[in-house]
Amino acid sequence: MVTYKLPHKEFFAALKEGKLLGLRCNDCGAYTCPPKINCNECASMNMEVVELKGKGEIKTFTVMRIAPEGFESWVPYIVALVQLEEGPNLVGNIIGVDPDKVTDDIIGKKIVVGWQPPPPDLRFCGPIGKDGKIQPGGIAMTFSLV
Amino acid sequence: MRKVCVAGVGMTKFGRSQKSSIEMFAEAAMEAIVGSSIKPADIQCLYFGNVYGDLEEGQTVMAPYAAREIGLSAGTPSLRFEGACASASVAIRDAFIAVAGGFYDLVLAGGTERELAMGTPLATRAFEMASEAYYEGYAGITFPGVFAMLARLYSKKYGVPLPKLKERMAMVAVKNHKNGAKNPLAQFRNEITVEEVLDGPMIAEPLQLLDCCPFTDGAAAIVITTEEKAKKMVKKPVYIRGVGQGSGAPLYRQKDFTLIESRVAAAKTAYAMAGIEPKDVDVVEIHDCFTIAEIVASECLGLFDFGTASEAVEKGETRIGGRIPINPSGGLKSKGHPIGATGAAQSYEIVKQLRGEFVERGTQVEGAKIGLTDTLGGDSATLVNIIYGIKG
Repeated sequence: MVTYKLPHKEFFAALKEGKLLGLRCNDCGAYTCPPKINCNECASMNMEVVELKGKGEIKTFTVMRIAPEGFESWVPYIVALVQLEEGPNLVGNIIGVDPDKVTDDIIGKKIVVGWQPPPPDLRFCGPIGKDGKIQPGGIAMTFSLV
Repeated sequence: MRKVCVAGVGMTKFGRSQKSSIEMFAEAAMEAIVGSSIKPADIQCLYFGNVYGDLEEGQTVMAPYAAREIGLSAGTPSLRFEGACASASVAIRDAFIAVAGGFYDLVLAGGTERELAMGTPLATRAFEMASEAYYEGYAGITFPGVFAMLARLYSKKYGVPLPKLKERMAMVAVKNHKNGAKNPLAQFRNEITVEEVLDGPMIAEPLQLLDCCPFTDGAAAIVITTEEKAKKMVKKPVYIRGVGQGSGAPLYRQKDFTLIESRVAAAKTAYAMAGIEPKDVDVVEIHDCFTIAEIVASECLGLFDFGTASEAVEKGETRIGGRIPINPSGGLKSKGHPIGATGAAQSYEIVKQLRGEFVERGTQVEGAKIGLTDTLGGDSATLVNIIYGIKG
């Protein structure tokens, strides 16, 4: 039997406690984050769950002016791709920066990873709970400038 | 492996439709069937592309209903193919495999989509569902957002200042609208200017409204058969010379999104099967869901060196009459992008280009012998390339 070492639920639970978890490959040394069943570099399953530094730098970004259904209350908001110090990339929201004033100069800036809850009443994102409301299966990763 | 050809092709007018997805598909399918000089009962299998039928019309399991709508028999299998925006190209590639391998002699492939039934907020969310849902979706990412981030990566990597790149991106939209204006089946038949693109509302910085393809209703279908049968069915059979398909990882796992690895791999497979090189291609339908997407795709397909395609657009190399005409149909930008049908509509254009049928329309690529389709689904998750030729 194969067991998933770091399912999304555990990854997000740790993130909510301020820990960015990932997997380190015992064969090639590469880090995989967000998690998956085997190493993102060599496909080995010989990996262990480790806490990453939660630090990285901004590679690219955009300011969202037209949102998908459910995200309208966030507009305008920044979506970015960052590279962690350990190597992997993450997609999330830059927070603490005015979306109306952000410029290309933010590319290359150092960040720390955090999280924020999904907007309320987001549909199609998880099972229906006992209260009749959708239980979102995840949270957004956030990036704050150091 | 047997040689495989396209016989008849069919396509609806793209734009806003009052018809159902199945009604639209039936129109495209019957045009392809009639154009093949066959009867519906001759079709041995339906390969059917559709993505959001459930959200658009409350309809899943659309393939068998579509099959029976057009008169295929109770014994004819029908399969739904879902590869996001590349669904119909996935269907066509699999139909090619089934005919090449000898399992079927006559397959109908295509797709349909009625996006405008959703309205913009839900359609934007629905499309977002083709991004990875757990580790990207909660950031409120959209496809304009993904390609906006790509534009910045491209600008930085190749040292093309963003204002210059945006101007060249606008030229992609201008070119595709110029072609689409001559296409009676296109959604937008108006020519536009660079200034209009750059003055448009901001969608996801730096992408503006006219950098983005629209939501669209429409359907397209093609009949795929053996060389032997095709020669009896139509005057000018068009050969499927090579096919390639790749699988892309979520955006966050891509080391360099400017080198779309699923596309590079799919194109390599297709070129090798066809026994040709990128320089042998005469006409291309590229997945220009966004202006920057056409620029990046044309490089990944080997049509231009990496980092040079935006300049090539400025020089007019991708216009009809240029070195390698891209999107003579108007592309997704002007023709429209009903995602379940898009790949089949690209194939419709290339097949007719190779048959020389667009002289009157004024968009014929003169002497085109080899054509290529390029269809992308998701961030780059599903990528299909198909090479067509007038010779086997």
